[in-house]
Amino acid sequence: MSMGAKKGRRLGSTRLVLLIPYLWLALFFLAPFLIVLKISLSQTAIAQPPYVPALDWVAGWAGLRDFVAALSTDNYALLGSDWLYLVSYLKSLQVAAVSTAILLMIGYPIAYGIARLPRRLQPILVMLVILPFWTSFLIRVYAWINILQRDGLLNDVLMRLRVVDQPVAWLSSDAAIYIGMVYSYLPFMVLPLYATLEKVDETLLEAAADLGCPRWKTFWLVTLPLSLPGLAAGALLCFIPITGEFVIPDLLGGSDSMMIGQTLWMEFFANKDWPVASAIAVALLGLLLVPMLFYERLQQRSLEGGR
Amino acid sequence: MADAATQGQTAGDTPLLRFEGIGKRFGPVVAVEAFTLDIGQGEFFALLGPSGCGKTTLLRMLAGFETPSEGRILLDGDDIVAVPPHRRPVNMMFQSYALFPHLSVAGNIAFGLRQEKAGKAEIAERVTEMLALVRMPDFGRRRVDQLSGGQRQRVALARALIKRPRVLLLDEPMAALDKKLRAETQFELMELQRKLGTTFVIVTHDQDEAMIVADRIAVMEHGRLAQVAAPSEIYERPNSRWVADFIGEVTLIEGMLADGAIETGLGRFRAAIPSGGKKRDTAWLALRPEKLRIDAQRPTGGELNAVAGTVFEIGYRGDMSIYKVRLADRSLMKVALANTSARGQASFGIDDLVWLSWPPEAGWVLTR
Repeated sequence: MSMGAKKGRRLGSTRLVLLIPYLWLALFFLAPFLIVLKISLSQTAIAQPPYVPALDWVAGWAGLRDFVAALSTDNYALLGSDWLYLVSYLKSLQVAAVSTAILLMIGYPIAYGIARLPRRLQPILVMLVILPFWTSFLIRVYAWINILQRDGLLNDVLMRLRVVDQPVAWLSSDAAIYIGMVYSYLPFMVLPLYATLEKVDETLLEAAADLGCPRWKTFWLVTLPLSLPGLAAGALLCFIPITGEFVIPDLLGGSDSMMIGQTLWMEFFANKDWPVASAIAVALLGLLLVPMLFYERLQQRSLEGGR
Repeated sequence: MADAATQGQTAGDTPLLRFEGIGKRFGPVVAVEAFTLDIGQGEFFALLGPSGCGKTTLLRMLAGFETPSEGRILLDGDDIVAVPPHRRPVNMMFQSYALFPHLSVAGNIAFGLRQEKAGKAEIAERVTEMLALVRMPDFGRRRVDQLSGGQRQRVALARALIKRPRVLLLDEPMAALDKKLRAETQFELMELQRKLGTTFVIVTHDQDEAMIVADRIAVMEHGRLAQVAAPSEIYERPNSRWVADFIGEVTLIEGMLADGAIETGLGRFRAAIPSGGKKRDTAWLALRPEKLRIDAQRPTGGELNAVAGTVFEIGYRGDMSIYKVRLADRSLMKVALANTSARGQASFGIDDLVWLSWPPEAGWVLTR
């Protein structure tokens, strides 16, 4: 057998391997998304499934034409006209933005601290950051209910320390949502930050000091810029899922204003309005594309290197 | 400076830089011990030694990255041990260059001046000046990862020089370059140092490099100063067997001091006896390969020392051939013969009987 044929075949199998992730995405992301997109363009109906139109395969070309003609963007118009949805979206973005900011302020020092420790201690601390994952997420959120309730641990400690003299109503407040978000998403902020900070070459910091840079300034001029990719990754890993978060606001938050995940749940399960719920989901995806694209551009820039 | 160098001392009363009884321990490990040394203004000074001899630790103490366990470091007469690195008027060129990957070439070079709050116009002017100095005038906007190894080295040099340091520290500056580029860079570095008049302190394990670039060399052994002198002095008149062996090739013959000679198992060889050396003291005769003559017959000449042997091995190096000659006591003596004729034929073959000879002043007697 000639070498060329061998090489050609190997190239073919390489292509096949590369194809697998695309097939996976097409099957488990693109196809479901198209279904959701289709439902979002449908109308609710008392039927099984609870929406029309359904594509009539038997009618052939005419069936397809009728089907397309029956689709409408009414649900999206509804999202734009009813304040309920707009407020939900804004609330979600606000919670995500504030939570991400708090996560950054807490997560950066933790990641920085771990990265500056002696090498042999680092894995232990990284382990401690990941450790909560070993307990079910739901159980951890329930534990917070326990801590935050009227006669819970937090109020108990605060009153013993005489910070407050009346129990504070933590539960069903935005504060509880933020506590839950920050607690749950901290590892997603710390790990990517640690991964980049740990790679920052120590001699770069020495070089900065040698060139007249005091320590705090070295942080701003060298460490922080070099950790930007990790910072962006961490922020994105927190911001995007927090925006669509359902469990935490549902269990810890109040009923005065809902995040978009809760609104979506309500439309789907309480109102049985699949088309509107689908429209909410598609619009949310569109909304989250903005920070995604921003991150892509940032990565592109960091791949191309400095200024 | 040249006369100061040959004397093995620095010019002037107050040296630019003085190490005074410096010691450094890392836990139980002694890195530097009782180190005292003066370096003069405008010198190109080399700290030379095998890896782990403490030379890099000394350089890092100069830069301020390590604090000596004992002793003082004086710069212009002032103790700088307590001064943090960012306030010291010395700059360092790192072995890895340590260029900032998020800044352009110009951004890297300007970094030091920016910390001094220099004006924009001044920074731009001096960056241009530095880029011209390292002969990279059009590279200011380039990214660091677009540069070759040699170009990075120049940028690192420019970045360290822009603040016009009192002392430029160079940590193995040419270790990452290939042989040809290294040789070119050595001469460029010397030219640059002459032009600027800045004091350069270079750390290297490469003796050829130290000999070529430096006015004076401090040879270090296990954290201690073994010898400090001009390159020619270190090569021709080493003060110990260790230094003689570390620098270049040498054959050492053990013997006893006698009157104007050294008594060895191979015979009595005429040589200058070091002052303070007593008769019957153990001593070693150090002979450099290129100082020996090789002949088929015993050479005549009253003063010449001579010893017979057989050719054991011949190493052809192009410019010269290295002969290993087995002597009567079965030890080997190295002789270097310049290949001045173009025929490339060895004058002697393996197992030939030869005579090695040298004038008394070609040998150097060591007492330790």
